[in-house]
Amino acid sequence: MNIVKASKLIYDYIRRDEEENIEEVDRAIDNLDIEIEKGSFVAVLGHNGSGKSTFAKQINGILTPTEGTVWVSGMNTADEDSIWEIRKKAGMVFQNPDNQIIGNVVEEDVGFGPENIGIPTEEIWKRVDDSLKAVGMTAYRHKSPNKLSGGQKQRVAIAGVMAMRPECIVLDEPTAMLDPNGRKEVIRTVRELNKQEGITVLLITHYMEEVIQADRVIVMDDGKLVMDGTPREIFSKVDQLKAYRLDVPQVTELAYELRKAGVDLPEGILSQQEFLDNLMPILRKQEKSNGN
Amino acid sequence: MIRDITLGQYYPVDSVLHRMDPRTKLFGTMVFIISLFLADSLWAYVLATAFLVFCIRMSKVPFSFMVRGLKAIVFLLLISVSFNLFLTDGEELFRLGFLKITREGLRIACFMGLRLIYLVIGSSIMTLTTTPNQLTDGLEKSLGVLKVVHVPVHEISMMMSIALRFIPILVEETDKIMKAQMARGADFESGNLIQKAKSMVPLLVPLFISAFRRATDLAMAMEARCYRGGEGRTKMKPLKYERRDRMAYLFYGVYMAGIIGMKVAL
Repeated sequence: MNIVKASKLIYDYIRRDEEENIEEVDRAIDNLDIEIEKGSFVAVLGHNGSGKSTFAKQINGILTPTEGTVWVSGMNTADEDSIWEIRKKAGMVFQNPDNQIIGNVVEEDVGFGPENIGIPTEEIWKRVDDSLKAVGMTAYRHKSPNKLSGGQKQRVAIAGVMAMRPECIVLDEPTAMLDPNGRKEVIRTVRELNKQEGITVLLITHYMEEVIQADRVIVMDDGKLVMDGTPREIFSKVDQLKAYRLDVPQVTELAYELRKAGVDLPEGILSQQEFLDNLMPILRKQEKSNGN
Repeated sequence: MIRDITLGQYYPVDSVLHRMDPRTKLFGTMVFIISLFLADSLWAYVLATAFLVFCIRMSKVPFSFMVRGLKAIVFLLLISVSFNLFLTDGEELFRLGFLKITREGLRIACFMGLRLIYLVIGSSIMTLTTTPNQLTDGLEKSLGVLKVVHVPVHEISMMMSIALRFIPILVEETDKIMKAQMARGADFESGNLIQKAKSMVPLLVPLFISAFRRATDLAMAMEARCYRGGEGRTKMKPLKYERRDRMAYLFYGVYMAGIIGMKVAL
């Protein structure tokens, strides 16, 4: 079953001058057709200005299509009556951790969403407990968000979304402002939520290392969907990715270059372990033939 | 230096004051402020000091933390104390050139200084023991009656709560921008008042831009989390008066009676 479906989606950023005349039209999303399966972990890759963030905002109903339609769990985002239902179903985590935490204490922030949708008090507490536990932040519940690290803040933001019991979480470059440790922390949390709670995850990013974990990778360029497949399929096309100004993980690139140079490695190697497992037998074989 | 403002900084420990209903604390702060303006005798100040010391002890917040808030008003304090000290007419005690200190001046200056210090410490106790969200919850509930005359009580309290949350962030940002500008040769220290004010421009412009950007981001994040005003909103921590709150109100009553009694009697 599809949780998100976009068909012939077009979105224009329209700049107007003071007299409301159209000054400039910038097409951010250009005829996008996409379906996202329930329970999957989908990564959306793209260079700056590829329309990936705009697409993320479509799912939550923050932006509505200029043309075409977006359905979230069967509801049309252009329909104003169902907008709050949609936002309950599809939570969103943004890039800057400071600018999305409303509460002055961690647990109050996590409770903000459920308060807005009118959940009774006892149920709010239960949800806050569950969500903080799910992201591993229970120990910090009475702390001020200002005293947390970037990664911890993002985990609080994720807990805040989880407390609304969404079916889908859209993360719009959640790690762009974090250090490598914070980045790992956030991605691990998201992956666990996806595995254990069965939440659909849509991760918008331009860090390749984060994409490896995903079930499916979508590459966007200039508002269009240009590549779609498993991480392995996507990363076996190094040249194509480079044409879209995207980098591949170092180990993938190394394997790719070795392969081009004639070493017998499989396509689309994603991890160092995998690389070693494939390379060692080749080296051993070579050693043997050299020895003879 | 900018970080020293404690107002609006919650100090997380567990104490009776922390657990108290914010409405009680708000009311208590108001009572204390009013009492400071009523107090005009030594004994009244002794009573106010006792009240303050008692509250500080109850709050379990280190005293040094509250004193830090005073640094922000040192200048104001100096001005008002010295004005009162030198410019009050009366029985002369001491003279240095055209400056003279009178008995009345000394008295008023002392009371003025104490009053200001107590005002800041008194309100710091409230903000240090109450999370800003609780505080605004308390305000929202206490001012709930105004909704009848279409005062947007919820919106105001939400704005306050957000403003409070962003104070430390913006302070940190100011620090950062200041350092960045200083690294590029900006000078915030020297020159007269006008030059100093002018040198603030390269600080304020980026600060305002970033504040607006944050506001846009935050509004979007709030909407994404289904915020749509106070209508139909439930509370995670609904306010309920407990025994300790009733005790506190009783305590305020006794204190206020004492202050008024002294004003009348002395």
